[in-house]
Amino acid sequence: MAARAFAARRRVSGALERSRALEASTVVSLSAVHKVFAEGERRTVALEGIELDIARGSFVSLIGPSGCGKSTLLRLIGDLTPTTSGTITVNGKSAHLARLARDYGIVFQAPVLFDWRSVQRNVELPLELGRLPQAERARRAAEMLALVELDGFERHYPWQLSGGMQQRVAIARALSFEPALLLMDEPFGALDEMSRERLNLQLLRVWQKTGTTVVFVTHSIPEAVFLSTHVVVMSPRPGRIVDIIDVDLPQPRNDLTREDPRYFGLVTRVRESLRRRDTHATTDAS
Amino acid sequence: MSRLARPRAFLVFVLGLVAIWEGVKLLGGDPLGEWRPPFDWTIARDLNMPHVWDIATAFVEPAQRNGPPLGAVLAAAAGFTLSEAVGGFVFGALLGLVLAVVFVHSALLERALVPYVVASQTVPIIAIAPMVVIWLQAGWLSVAVISAYLTFFPVTIAGIRGLRSPDPRALELMSSYAASRRDVLLKVRLPAAAPYLFAALKVAATASIVGAIIGELPSGIRDGLGGAILNFNQYYISGPSKLWAAILVASVIGIGFFLVVTAAEAVWLRGRSRPADA
Repeated sequence: MAARAFAARRRVSGALERSRALEASTVVSLSAVHKVFAEGERRTVALEGIELDIARGSFVSLIGPSGCGKSTLLRLIGDLTPTTSGTITVNGKSAHLARLARDYGIVFQAPVLFDWRSVQRNVELPLELGRLPQAERARRAAEMLALVELDGFERHYPWQLSGGMQQRVAIARALSFEPALLLMDEPFGALDEMSRERLNLQLLRVWQKTGTTVVFVTHSIPEAVFLSTHVVVMSPRPGRIVDIIDVDLPQPRNDLTREDPRYFGLVTRVRESLRRRDTHATTDAS
Repeated sequence: MSRLARPRAFLVFVLGLVAIWEGVKLLGGDPLGEWRPPFDWTIARDLNMPHVWDIATAFVEPAQRNGPPLGAVLAAAAGFTLSEAVGGFVFGALLGLVLAVVFVHSALLERALVPYVVASQTVPIIAIAPMVVIWLQAGWLSVAVISAYLTFFPVTIAGIRGLRSPDPRALELMSSYAASRRDVLLKVRLPAAAPYLFAALKVAATASIVGAIIGELPSGIRDGLGGAILNFNQYYISGPSKLWAAILVASVIGIGFFLVVTAAEAVWLRGRSRPADA
């Protein structure tokens, strides 16, 4: 019953402006989520008491030092690893059912392209699994490759592309079946600074065009602030959410955004939020 | 081995081999015309190492009095043996691949059965072959099965490795698409295993020829190269070059089969990676 009401609300909000939609619907909802890795006798608490709602159309970054469980959190949302306790709702369903319904696309730090498939056939892979007819697959692949500005590279093989281009193919593939949610696990972490900034801009354009909700794991503070509507700051051992910072920089963002004093202010705020946790952690330990 | 595939390098290699062969004979073989070799090596005598031209002319001379030339006899025999070997190769490759797929999907079966698969290869084929002939009766099928016994093993071992080769994230990606096990097998595991499988198939191709020749011996099959080799072995003293001709033909079909698999590999894996000479 609740699920149906949610779906109905979603349909209404889809027709409304983004600002209204933000309030109207939640794509990801985590409540009292715990994750414990048990390896023999050793138990590691990876995440503790995670409460988070992600609104439709928002761009949420998860940031924190390594070991804070941000990637684990992303994998929990994607139902790629089970929760120890707590509930996760994705697109109005349990995370498990959402995965089975192909409600999200995912991009890893490595592009994970299949070297025996051309660029076009890599993008078509999820569509093949969805048993879409060939003509429709080709149409969507062409559309997605144009979206990431890789039209003309359909017949290339992955080894013929640069790292940044490969990652754009991975993004096109993740979006090819028009999922409601895009999960990104440090997608630009392996790229040089220049490619990274270019891809950041490109990702924002894709996000604005498609209206997809993005959950983005990163350990770069400037990247998180530049891209996001909300930055979720996490702390390690056990992984907790310590702060959620709204980034109210004007949209669409561009190179000028990086020179905006408010941008620097927010970068500083995120940095302080991370540092505050560090001092806490040391006090706790001593 | 890719060097061998290049015709020119291959020709140079063959000519070099002929030169060494005749060089050894000049140094330690039987007298040739006016030439008296400085050494006397048993192995270099005409009975053990016939002259290259004697082996060559053996092909055009009749194998038996008033019979067809040896070349025609050997070509027919080679065709028959090759058909057995190809049959064995196909059976063996399919069996090997099926076993690999089963083992990759069931840790229990893998632990239970892989030791027996390994043990099967320690039993000499010579001991297995007569049993297979008794079970299946002498004929094309029994020889193909004996040949398959030699060919499935490399395919299974390489298959297990290849099917496990995909990046864990590739499997996670498939999981995020809610892909079925069948889709994961067909669209990720098998394509990822292809380079491994082709390496094994090249081994299997040559092994299948050996398996077919050995399989013919206890079956009493006279139509193939195994029969021919057995026959020329018995008449070695009177015509050593005939046996050498048969050996030559056996290795030629082995190399031929190998090259066919190599060509199939090149076509199948085209585009996957940067060309080696680019």
